[in-house]
Amino acid sequence: MAALEIIFTASLWAAALRIASPLIFATLGELICERAGVLNLGIEGIMTVGAFTGWFTVYMGGDLWAGVAVAAASGAAFGLLHALLVVPLGLSQHVTGIGITLLATALTSYVYRVSLPEVTSPPKIEPFQPLAIPGLSELPFLGEALFNQTPLTYLAFISVALVAYILYRTPVGLAVRMVGENPAAVEAQGIDVTLLRIGAVMVGSAFMALGGAFLTMSAFNSFYFDMVNGRGWIAIALVVFGSWRPGKALLGAILFAAFDAYQLRLQQIVAGVPYQFFLMLPYILSILALVTMARRAGYPRALMIPYRKGER
Amino acid sequence: MDLPGRIMRLEPRLETPWVLWLAAPAAAIGTSLLIAALLVLWSGADPFGVFGLVIKGALGSQFAIFETLTRATPLIFTGLAAAVAFRARLWNIGGEAQFYGGAIMAALLGTGLLPLPAPVLIPVLLLAGALAGAALLLGPTLMKTRFGVDEVVTTLLLNFIILLFVSFLLEGPLKDPMGMGWPQSRKVIEAAQLPKIIAGKRLHLGFALALAMAALVWFINTRTIHGYEMRAVGFNARAARFAGMKVDWVMVKVALLSGGLAAMAGVSEVIGLKGNLTLDLSPGFGYAGIVVAMLAMLHPLGVVAAAIFVAAMFVGADAMSRQAGVPSYIAQVMVATALLTMVVGMLFTRFRLRWR
Repeated sequence: MAALEIIFTASLWAAALRIASPLIFATLGELICERAGVLNLGIEGIMTVGAFTGWFTVYMGGDLWAGVAVAAASGAAFGLLHALLVVPLGLSQHVTGIGITLLATALTSYVYRVSLPEVTSPPKIEPFQPLAIPGLSELPFLGEALFNQTPLTYLAFISVALVAYILYRTPVGLAVRMVGENPAAVEAQGIDVTLLRIGAVMVGSAFMALGGAFLTMSAFNSFYFDMVNGRGWIAIALVVFGSWRPGKALLGAILFAAFDAYQLRLQQIVAGVPYQFFLMLPYILSILALVTMARRAGYPRALMIPYRKGER
Repeated sequence: MDLPGRIMRLEPRLETPWVLWLAAPAAAIGTSLLIAALLVLWSGADPFGVFGLVIKGALGSQFAIFETLTRATPLIFTGLAAAVAFRARLWNIGGEAQFYGGAIMAALLGTGLLPLPAPVLIPVLLLAGALAGAALLLGPTLMKTRFGVDEVVTTLLLNFIILLFVSFLLEGPLKDPMGMGWPQSRKVIEAAQLPKIIAGKRLHLGFALALAMAALVWFINTRTIHGYEMRAVGFNARAARFAGMKVDWVMVKVALLSGGLAAMAGVSEVIGLKGNLTLDLSPGFGYAGIVVAMLAMLHPLGVVAAAIFVAAMFVGADAMSRQAGVPSYIAQVMVATALLTMVVGMLFTRFRLRWR
């Protein structure tokens, strides 16, 4: 009975939105890349970079929002590297993406160690504090669950709406969606396929980095190695689960996070099951989501297919 | 990137000058050295001194060379696993999970459960481990062939699941009662231990086994119908299907071979080097195997050379880090850079740049 009651507590849903926030940013970022026809397996490394650079900016005395900007910019920089390798050169998006993840993770570790040689325990920063929305946060249940989050969580939701609007209601969005389906048609409209794809991958990677920055600047207050812990790969599964649509991906991320928050609370009630099996659930859930959705998934037709002008 | 009025395009080469086959890896290593030098300079150390220490630490003494070959052993296995899979375009990024699959079997069966003499027990452990690794890759492969699920994500996610499973085993069923609370398994029995190649050194028979596997994969690739089919499926799965090949079945064969090879790395580390299963048994051997395979241009004999090169970087950087204080992560940066520059280099063995 207690196991069911948890679902109706506001604190569960408040935690769900908190856990969902980095996934929303990362999923949105991957979605933008894939909608433009580019698989970005650099996501795990780019999130690590964002987590580090955002936190480090604040640690060095920068403003929290300056940290957010630096994280986004460093994510875009790695996105540019990935895009240059897979768009004009047409290299394998799988191998390049894994390479970007390895490079970004290794560089982050190296820079961390060189910049902070003396520290034994990771230094802390003053992270984003919850921002109660006046009025709305007074609402029973909903106030605690939705309107008492940190600014980055609100930003995640605003980003989903913004990206959905741009993708479906603006000429740029139309071009991005088309370049993932039929790049030759985009070319015929006089739009540069290469530049468009590079731009989309950079924007997407900036979002991924924000997902990482959320971890160090909002969820926790310092940087640890391996703190991204597979969230990037989970985001890739969520893109498939959300059928490459921002709204559905948002729903997937929240459901997923609610489940994660639920299992954390369930651990305390259910005795006898080793905690590792609870921790496995998010990954198992991601695989199940992939298996159930893969058949129905209408993936972008030109995903992972390099475009070379004049070739068919 | 495009100069005004000029457009870059890639043109397929009709034939590749043999120099390019050497130039690609040379350029990859050169670029990663250059980037590493800049990073070392930024940290305030002298790049030449640091590289000198890396080389000395990796190859400068008999001890260093044996250490490098010992570290190369698991990388040959995981490198072969990636090379076999990538050749058939099965993107197995789950080398880490398969590695631990093998290591789990070695710790499960080798700690006294099977009281067999060494000549029987060691092959049994290797086989059991290989089967576990094969099974771990079979799942994602069937999901790919049956449901069209991208195997990259499923194999990656499995890495996290298996590591948690290892953590559970080490705190539960496989916990070492004498381990002072450390998450580790008991040591394998004496009959399960791989003999050392030279008495008193850490280099064990796993290295010889890895070389034998490289030769075996080379034989399969070049001398059997299986190798031909695997390459054909990787080159053009549609054409292979029209030619009457059972593409799904070929994929399954690739998965069994690839998963088995990666798992043998785990068995060999447990029964050859460490003696027991721990949570940090693999410092990313599965992921490093991908780099090894790409540096080797997916050639099984090249994998041996690439694995020794990557191992030398890691061993040398560890030694250098102790003396010069530059973080040993520099080795990982170099290895990742080498991977990216290598794929670019390989592109230019097949294409050439044309401006028009």
